Amino acid sequence: MEELGALLHGFAVVITPYNLLMMLIGITLGILIGVLPGLGGANGVAILLPLTFSMSPTSAIIMLSCIYWGALFGGAITSILFNIPGEPWSVATTFDGHPLSKQGRSGEALTAAFTSSFVGAFLAVILVTFLSPLIAKFALQFGPPEFFAIQLLTFCSFVGMGKESPFKTIAAMMLGFALAAVGIDTMTGQLRLIFGWHELLTGFHFLIAVIGLFGVGEILLTMEEGLAFKGASAGINTRVVLDTWKKLPKYWVTSLRSAAIGCWMGVTPGGATPASFMSYGLAKRFSPTPDKFGRGSVEGVVAPETAAHAAGTSALVPMLTLGIPGSPTAAVLLGGLLIWGLQPGPLLFVEQKDFVWGLIASMYLGNIAGLIVVLTTVPLFAAVLRVPFSIIAPIIIVICAVGAYTVKNAMIDVYMMLIFGIVGYVFKKLGYPLAPMVLALVLGDMAETAFRQSMLFSQGSVGVFWSNPLVGSISTLAVVTLFWPLLQRAVGFLRGKAG
Amino acid sequence: MERDAPVTTRMMELITAGVLMTIGAVVMIDSWRIGAQWGEFGPQSGYFPFYIGLLIFGSSLVVFVSALFTKATTPFVGWTGLGRVLQMLVPAVVFGFLVWLIGIYVASAVFIGYFMRRVGRYAWHLAAIVSVGVPVALFVLFEIWFLVPLPKGPLEDMLGY
Repeated sequence: MEELGALLHGFAVVITPYNLLMMLIGITLGILIGVLPGLGGANGVAILLPLTFSMSPTSAIIMLSCIYWGALFGGAITSILFNIPGEPWSVATTFDGHPLSKQGRSGEALTAAFTSSFVGAFLAVILVTFLSPLIAKFALQFGPPEFFAIQLLTFCSFVGMGKESPFKTIAAMMLGFALAAVGIDTMTGQLRLIFGWHELLTGFHFLIAVIGLFGVGEILLTMEEGLAFKGASAGINTRVVLDTWKKLPKYWVTSLRSAAIGCWMGVTPGGATPASFMSYGLAKRFSPTPDKFGRGSVEGVVAPETAAHAAGTSALVPMLTLGIPGSPTAAVLLGGLLIWGLQPGPLLFVEQKDFVWGLIASMYLGNIAGLIVVLTTVPLFAAVLRVPFSIIAPIIIVICAVGAYTVKNAMIDVYMMLIFGIVGYVFKKLGYPLAPMVLALVLGDMAETAFRQSMLFSQGSVGVFWSNPLVGSISTLAVVTLFWPLLQRAVGFLRGKAG
Repeated sequence: MERDAPVTTRMMELITAGVLMTIGAVVMIDSWRIGAQWGEFGPQSGYFPFYIGLLIFGSSLVVFVSALFTKATTPFVGWTGLGRVLQMLVPAVVFGFLVWLIGIYVASAVFIGYFMRRVGRYAWHLAAIVSVGVPVALFVLFEIWFLVPLPKGPLEDMLGY
């Protein structure tokens, strides 16, 4: 078991007073970010990323990934107490969490949510520990065609599996690629798409886009709805926690099933949101008392929370091993790796052992710390939520502006952020998905380089993506995923004819 | 639901798809200009972006056409909603301009103070506490603790920063 040895080494790297402090700061900030509207996981990590440029990469990633765990926990608080999902993946948690809270059982709902988040994340971390090294070892044989095929698969699955219109998904995604292409072409030094505007020489930074799209855009949406927080009190204490813990083990089947769904959806870039809905649906279908769902069933909180956290955690597997992030937040973390001078991908496991295993060890510790912090501080964060939106909103805009400015110390980025904010608002209202756009912006250069290198091998023939069984099967899978909705419809049609 | 909305969803779909089509066309033209074919040393700089532009153009064309043929007149945003959005957006744009003019700290104080007074209708003293407190906290955090310089103006000059 060389992984266990490596993991122990990772713990040795993580357990320094400084790193543990960063972990606690990260968790607390993360919960705050998850609780406040307009500051989601991706956006929060993006704003804080520039502050970590001077830290060692290991401490930085520990703090940032803890912000991520914190944000995942924080999303549940607003869903249950206020019926406002702080994050898209906590929408399913509102179905049963909020009814429970209206019945005065919010303590129970919160404990169930946090505990199942923890269980989901913990099972996923075990998967990360043992699966990542295998994938990385396998991926070491990958050349540019294989990498491009994997990226193609990622992007095709957004189109084929997404809820949004496939054409809107393609348009948003390609806009991300186009924005990534602006500036100097890294292979030839040619200037592209800057139209004589020298501020664009270095291109669009994905952090600016993330802060604008997710931060400012979200604030505008919340403004439009004229949101007034009306929440139940947290009502959580040691006795409620212990009583709920006694009840939870009987949902072990639901937990395991949801964790499995979450892990699968996280590794393949399905993401936490569909995972939470899917496991809620399945838990309802397999339950002996399905009509209790939606009216305050603890099981209805356990299922989506377990799946969302399992997916959020396992999204880091493809990010670390292949350089393909499974979620927008993972995409921001990946961008961070690039800024710290680390090349994500299989070589990371060979060349940056301290970093990788430190990160994995910090996932174990971060989730334990997160559970403790969140259980003890819920009343505090629920109080933060009672601060009226007209105070919170301008402060968040100021924080976003600071975050945008610090990326490159450029004033133009503050204006860009505002423009991206408007784009985010319009796109969200019209159902253009933002996640593939951000992913394309982060991965654009890498995808293009892989594509051009593959084309060089083959002298311009796309046959290179079917030149050996490995790359051929990935590419075929990508094409099948792209046309999945059409295939499904065709099969349904033929069946209808046969019947 | 308000009957006369400032803009319908259909209109907004058409505008957005139209803008995207223009972007797609611009990307294609500029990529073609710098060479989107097979050069002496393999694919030229415009090779990849050209197809990206083509895909933007094609997919938003489909969205545009399908929006043309919908009859639904659901509002994109109501007047009240639009008013609230502008209540945030206009001050935010002014804030962006002020950051450039007088530095981020003073601009933040003005922005938060204005918003709390105007939108939140808070008492003077409460607005003053928050709008001064936040920039001071930011100043301590960034300029002193993390040593990250943010845009500053005449006030900071006077104070010797």
